[in-house]
Formats: sequence, C-alpha cells, structure tokens
Amino acid sequence: MSFKINRRTFIQTLSAAAAVGAVGTPYLAFGATKKVVVVGGGTGGATAAKYLRLADSSIEVTLIEPNKDYYTCYLSNEVLGGDRDIDSIKFGYEGLKKRGIKVVHDYVTGIDAKAKKVTTKGGESFKYDRCIVAPGVQMRYDTIEGYDESMIEKIPHAWKAGPQTIALRKQLEDMKDGGTFVLVSPPNPFRCPPGPYERASQIAGYFKEHKKKSKVIILDSKPKFSKQGLFVQGWEKLYGYGTDNSIIEWRPGPDAAVTKLDAGKLTVTNEFDDVKADVLNIIPAQHAGKIAVTAGLTDDSGWCPIALDTFESTIHKNIHIIGDASIAKGMPKSGYAANSEAKVCAAAVSALLNGKEIGSPSYVNTCYSIIGKDYGISVASVHKLAKDKSKIIKVSGGLTPKDASAEAHKREVGYANSWLKNITDDIFG
Amino acid sequence: MKKILPTGLMLIGLAFSISTTAFAADEKKKAPEVINGASSKMLADTCTGCHGFDGVSKGPATPSIAGMSAEYLTEIMIAYKSGDAASTIMGRITKGYSDDELKQVAEVYAKKKYVSADQKTDAAAVKKGKKLHGKYCEKCHSEGGSEAGDDSGLLAGQWAPYLRSALADFNDGTREMPKKMKKKMKKLMKKEGDDGIKALINYYSSIK
Repeated sequence: MSFKINRRTFIQTLSAAAAVGAVGTPYLAFGATKKVVVVGGGTGGATAAKYLRLADSSIEVTLIEPNKDYYTCYLSNEVLGGDRDIDSIKFGYEGLKKRGIKVVHDYVTGIDAKAKKVTTKGGESFKYDRCIVAPGVQMRYDTIEGYDESMIEKIPHAWKAGPQTIALRKQLEDMKDGGTFVLVSPPNPFRCPPGPYERASQIAGYFKEHKKKSKVIILDSKPKFSKQGLFVQGWEKLYGYGTDNSIIEWRPGPDAAVTKLDAGKLTVTNEFDDVKADVLNIIPAQHAGKIAVTAGLTDDSGWCPIALDTFESTIHKNIHIIGDASIAKGMPKSGYAANSEAKVCAAAVSALLNGKEIGSPSYVNTCYSIIGKDYGISVASVHKLAKDKSKIIKVSGGLTPKDASAEAHKREVGYANSWLKNITDDIFG
Repeated sequence: MKKILPTGLMLIGLAFSISTTAFAADEKKKAPEVINGASSKMLADTCTGCHGFDGVSKGPATPSIAGMSAEYLTEIMIAYKSGDAASTIMGRITKGYSDDELKQVAEVYAKKKYVSADQKTDAAAVKKGKKLHGKYCEKCHSEGGSEAGDDSGLLAGQWAPYLRSALADFNDGTREMPKKMKKKMKKLMKKEGDDGIKALINYYSSIK
C-alpha cells in the first residue's frame, strides 16, 4: 500500500486508523491508541484480553462481559457429583483489571463491522481497531418438540455452569432413592465432547454412595462418543456397567435421539420409547453464541468460519472469533483449546496492530474427565497449522492407555484438579 | 556452576539421541506438512494451562517449572518423549515437539523466577529431612535443592504431592535415576525406608 502523507490521508488515518493496521501497514503514531474490544469474558475471551496486554501494553483492551462472576464449565460435573463446592469454580475479573484491562459488565447487542463499533444493552458503544469475539455456545431449544427456554428451572441444562449447576445438584439431592436420572446427550458438534459422559459418571458415583437403588440413563443422539473406550472401562470397573446391576445405561443414537418432551410429566420420547425421569437433564444441541449470529459471523452450520492462524473471521474483517464458537478445524471445543486459541489469536492481533509479521502458531489441548473416586482419564494433543492453512493438524497426543495402572488413574485426578487451579490462574490471574 | 554429568547419565543422553533420530526419520515418512518455526514464547505459552502462569504451579500435583535449569528441563522432557521417564500425559505431549523446540521451551522457563509453593509441613519431619538431605542428597542438590546451576531438578519449595509421585517413580524404576542417585537412594531406603522419603519431602516443601 502506498502511503502519502497529505492532509486527506492524515484525516483518514485519524478517523479510520484501524484500516491502516488492517492491511498490515505499521501504525503511525498520530496519538491514535490501538483499541481492542473483547466480547465475552469466559475462558477464551479473558485469556485473549490478558495475553494481548502482555504482548503489547500500549494496546487499550476493553473486555465486555455481562456476568460479574464466571463459573467454569470444566470441573462443574464434580459439583453435580457432590465432590466439589461451586465456589471453587467461581472466578472474578479483579486480576484482569489489575493488568490494565478495562472490564465492562454489560451485554453486547451488536457488532458493526463497517463502523468497527460494538454496542451494548446498556446503551454504550465502543470503537475498536480489532474485535475479539468469544461468545461460547448458544443452546438450541428448537430440536426437541415441546421444549423451550422457559423450562430451564425445572429442566436445567447446566451446560453453562453457575445457578443451573446448583439447581441440578439440588434436584439430585432431593430425588428419592430408586429414582432415574435421565441425561439427553446432544448431537455433534457441541461444547466439551466428553462432558455428558463425565456428568453421567459423576452422578453415578453419587448414587453409588448415597442412593444405591437409583439409575442413570443416557439417551444419546450419537452412536459413539469421546473417550468411549475409557469411559466404558471405568464404568465397568466402578458402576457395574454391562451387568444387570449397572448404575449407568447408555442408549446409543441415532435410535435413542430424543425428539419430543412432555415437560409436565418429565418424559422424553425417542423412536421407540417414552422415558420417564425423576430428574431430567437435557443438554441441547448448540450453535455459536448469540452475538456471533446477530453480528453475521456464522455460516450455515451455525458456527464461525475463521482463518486458522489469526482466528480472523472469513466473513467480516477485523473481527476474530475464538473458543467454542469458532470453526477451528482440528481443535476440540474444550476449555484448554479455547485458552490455547486465545494465545495464538492475541499474538496475531498484536502483530497485526503493530504492522509485524504474524508468527507461526502452536496449539495444545488437554482434557481430563473424572469418572469416579481416584479414577481420572485424559486426552492430550499438540497441534500445528497445515502448510496450506486448511486445518490444524494434531502432531501428537492420545488417550490414557487402556492398561493404565490404578496409580495412574489416581494421579490423573490430581492432575485434573491442579489443572483447574493453573488454567484459571493463567486466564484470570 | 555447571557440574560434570555422571557417566551413566551421559550414556542415557546418548541413547536418547539415537532413539529420537530414529523417531524423526520415521516421522518424516508420514508426517503431514505443517508450519514449524513458532517462537519460543508461543511454544512456552502452551505449557501454562497445566504448569501455571509463568511456570509457577498453583496446583499441588503439578511441579513448578520456572527457574529450573534449561539442561535439566530439556533432559527430562526428552526422557518423557522417549519413554525413559514414565508419565501420564507428558510423553504424549512432548512427542509433538522437536528436541530443539523442547530446548527452546526449557530456556524460556529457565529464565523465569522460581516461586516456592505455599504449603504446610510437619516440623519434626522437616528437621529429620534436613539431616537426611545433608547425608544423601546435598552433593548433587546443593543448598536444599534450590540451585538451578546443579542441572538437577529444583526441590526446594516444590509441591509435596509432586515430589511424592516423582520419588515413587524413581523408586519403582519407572523413572531412571542417575547412577549416583541410585546408589544413595538404595542406601537411604535401606536405612530409613518410607519415613525417610516422607521426611525429605517435608524438608524440601518447607523451604521458602
């Protein structure tokens, strides 16, 4: 880009400073601050905000998040099982404020890609040079007949941790012994692929100790699931899976996929059965968080297409989408993946705003599931970007080995709990 | 303050380089075309989710890696990669990086400030542990195991649960010990048994 300084370009630079940055020309120091607005203060958004400030403290970072406290989805299944207090997965934004990030508690209602402006429910607007959107997922209540958002108190999904997690735990505590907990598992793709099965495990663990006559039934939309072999092995070991006395019953899709709900009777229907629950947990189908849809960042799939080295939207320039909402081909929709993507994105945004070349990315994921007492399993992977940038390739990794010792499973529980402390410090500290 | 590595360890080092070369050649055949050349910082940033921001662990099962010697960190990561040191996930993860990338990561954390873990210890065990340390460990882990220059793992102020698993691995042979350590450990176990290990862990984790 040729760049002659005359009065006209000077004014253009001031009014649309980011356009210069957008094409990779270094910022000119006309007193213009580099502004980044981060939409969403979950794992991805909060990490991006922090790592952006670490990369370049001259960038003005505003993080907009409606909630004052964030509850991690990861390890929230342990709250349902009764082994963990909800407060141990609750995090605030003081740490980020201390790092010079402007934290605004408001709800983003619009992102104007042309005007480079974010607007909120509270009536405020924020100009940006680059915007990072980390909206997580939005539940789809429309795939099951008779189901809608108004039923959330009675039938909590608890797939965003917090009050719903507490509500579902309470229902489990109040349930009579001999009752049935029915978990409706969502179709792909969705947040935290092993999550529904860890949840079933945790609740089976609670029943085993406290409600011995109770059962867990999983009605799945899918014929197979994440870490399946390891889950089944753990269930066999801990919960009698495969025997007549199994605490857990898994009914595979597509036949078991729930199509209808009778909320009054807490009964769900699939192709063959009506299944009556004492406690019902529907984890709905999902797409990218609402703001991504509103801002036109999603494609027909309901998720956000992006460039895999910068996480910049392939639909709207200067907007980057990270975490569960993005189509990060090859990366799972997990907390650690969102954290890792945020770091790659923050480095790219900082480079772009400073007119520097974008460095080579490196991505990682580790995901623990706690099946029961002293019984953890994991999947880990290291990723690099394909030469043609078409996908994020797993270059190593894998699951807990099938023949892992009892000591190894016990250690994985310890590592899972330590991981929670470390990753949340990495994000919010 | 670099010390000469014991011969045993050098031999192990040689074995590492042979096995990793074989691995690299094998990998070349089927490796997908990927973009390499990530910066040291980019690579090191992938560790913090488990090992803590700046390599300072807030979780007791996972060791802090900040301030460790680059030689030690490189060596242990290559041992995880080859399987010479047992692990749950480190073996799976380190295989995703070249030896040179692991070295880069080690150098990043070697430059960071080590922070002792905040944890409770038993005073009597600490006292006993200090004595045992002087007798069995001091030669290679000087100053209570707080010297990165020893090119051995930092012990002072490390999380007790981590020390416990590491020592268990050394003792059951799933993690290779340098020759001298093997000899000293054998003596220690014979004379003091598990109580000796407990005392040492208390001592190291008490150091601020």
